Amino acid sequence: MLRSMACTAALALLVAGIAAGQESPPPTPTATPTPTPAPPAPAGSTGGASQTSNYFNPSVSVIGNFLALGGQNTLENLPGASLRESEVGLQAVVDPYARADFFISFGEHDVSVEEGYLTFTSLPADLLVKVGRMRIAFGKVNTMHLHVLPWPDEPLPVVNLLGGEEGWVGTGVSMAKLVPLPGDVFSELTLQVLRGDSDGLFVASKRSDLAYNAHYRMFADLSDSTNLDLGLSYGLGPNGTSPDTKTALGAVDATLRWKPLVRGNYRSAILRGEFFQSRRDQAGGTVNASGWFLSGEYQLAKRWWVGVRGEASEHAADAAVRDTGEAVTLTFWPSEFSQLRGELRQRRYGGPNSVSTAAYTANEVLLQLQFAIGAHGAHPF
Amino acid sequence: MKTTKTLAATLLLVGLAIPAQAKLRVVTSLQDLASIAEAVGGDRVETSALARGYQDPHFVDAKPSFILKLSRADLLIVAGLELEIGYLPPLIDQSRNEKIHPGNAGYLDASTGCDILQKPTQVVTRAMGDVHPYGNPHYWTDPENGRVIARTIAARLAEVDPSGKAAFDSNLAAFEARLTAKEREWDAKMAPFAGARIVTFHESWPNFAKRFKLEIVGTVEPKPGIPPSPTHTLEIINLIANEKVGVILVEPYFDRKTPDYIAEKTGCTVVTFYPSVGGIPEINDYFGVFDHDVDAFVKAMIGKGTR
Repeated sequence: MLRSMACTAALALLVAGIAAGQESPPPTPTATPTPTPAPPAPAGSTGGASQTSNYFNPSVSVIGNFLALGGQNTLENLPGASLRESEVGLQAVVDPYARADFFISFGEHDVSVEEGYLTFTSLPADLLVKVGRMRIAFGKVNTMHLHVLPWPDEPLPVVNLLGGEEGWVGTGVSMAKLVPLPGDVFSELTLQVLRGDSDGLFVASKRSDLAYNAHYRMFADLSDSTNLDLGLSYGLGPNGTSPDTKTALGAVDATLRWKPLVRGNYRSAILRGEFFQSRRDQAGGTVNASGWFLSGEYQLAKRWWVGVRGEASEHAADAAVRDTGEAVTLTFWPSEFSQLRGELRQRRYGGPNSVSTAAYTANEVLLQLQFAIGAHGAHPF
Repeated sequence: MKTTKTLAATLLLVGLAIPAQAKLRVVTSLQDLASIAEAVGGDRVETSALARGYQDPHFVDAKPSFILKLSRADLLIVAGLELEIGYLPPLIDQSRNEKIHPGNAGYLDASTGCDILQKPTQVVTRAMGDVHPYGNPHYWTDPENGRVIARTIAARLAEVDPSGKAAFDSNLAAFEARLTAKEREWDAKMAPFAGARIVTFHESWPNFAKRFKLEIVGTVEPKPGIPPSPTHTLEIINLIANEKVGVILVEPYFDRKTPDYIAEKTGCTVVTFYPSVGGIPEINDYFGVFDHDVDAFVKAMIGKGTR
């Protein structure tokens, strides 16, 4: 009851915010709208109605993600070759107050809305509100689409502690506020109230079962070429093992980027790491499980990157099972719009009653080809 | 009593002083636009640029620290023509600043009214490389476009801050007078090389070439944004020999390896050409860009003739 009230209150606040956002700013002198240069008319076009009606169509993009695997892995047994994901992006401004972004994820046989949300961009009080289905701001990697990851696969802590490769995707309301700090340090607090289910992670047995996430992010330029991005997250939701049992999640993420601006097209490096903690109430007591990954990527030339990753994670439902792994990657970008990546990966899967001895080791090679067509909006940093 | 009076007087003074001191916060994508906005806005504006002059303006990271700058901006000036497409749209969306959204008074596309070259006349596809479907976005490398940009900015500043109109008009007149004088100087220096054939690394210089009557016969990149390939490099070497090309112009942020190799094979000179203010510390305003580049060009061409 209390929880459904919280959700309703959040929505009410949002509506009030939008209304205020529409009324509060003093009437700015109506500007001559900056004329957008007309797109080049296709040959033989006469202009007119059909062209005009196309004008407000959203930007459309498709990103293909082809994955081939070699080696053996009986536990994560992905097919030898698959068009793992075709992500269709549809993005446009809705009206003076909001924009909408849809990312529809097609597998070879199924389809799901990976994200579909409205963002209110002109609210007062430095607020940014999103409503809809979205990747949850829990840690950093969880917010990223498959095609922007520096690896062809998700790291173990996401798989073992966030319910699988998909990670935590939720439906609800997200509110982000800038928190002023001295100097030019960016700081933002995000609060998210969501329906209490996410594949493999949360299960909502009734409407009032909600999931919550809080994320605090700090970003500072250490110099022209180096910056540091830090995040703290706390999530909570029903895990469905029995009524009112919950899983609480915590995460710390850090990303250090180096890109000398003059030579930035040819040399750069990123060091990133995340630590996850899961506290899951279930029959037989509470399971405390943790996991982490650490990854470094180095750009050798305009189109070449190498990377290395270490990872380890216990299982959310059984902390005695601990998986570990290492991977090296080599990535080649023929252009900004296509990318070829190879990964050599070893994963050692823990057996049911083993703490440190590996029960199963998989050595694999992953080959990924990604390609984008259309106008895909730039991704948040 | 005396204290109260002093306090009241101080408060009154402070109260009067604040509006006079509140400068318009102008954020620009490029340092060139910041320099022009500063010249036109004078002490009524406070400018800051997102990209650095020595950085490739196509590949700027959408850093959250830029969101802070944008959240406080009164006016955002962009080069437009999709030069900023890779980083600016998500930053504007996250700025929580309605003023600077496209279509509002606080958003200004500086390309409006400028002489824009290479507008595609056929349907463009990405097989052509990183093409800009609205035309070449490096248009500020023609000083006459700089004049148009200054006028556009002055008009918009007067709209956002009507009380400053007289100041903006007089600053604009001073900028234009100086630009006219400088253009005569640059034209005189470049005149002997009218018709000279040049090669550039990237398609950044058509406006500069048109202004100073140079003929760009090839680029080191086979297609915009695609790094040099051995076959294309060989073609360029032959082209330079056949067309008697004297110089290759390279921006500071491109790799000199291939241009240097071509120069070694052909005897032409590689010149670092700075497209923007801040490319090196000496280039500290818009005039400095042409002062530097014109002199560098003239120096490299000495003894090479025009053809």
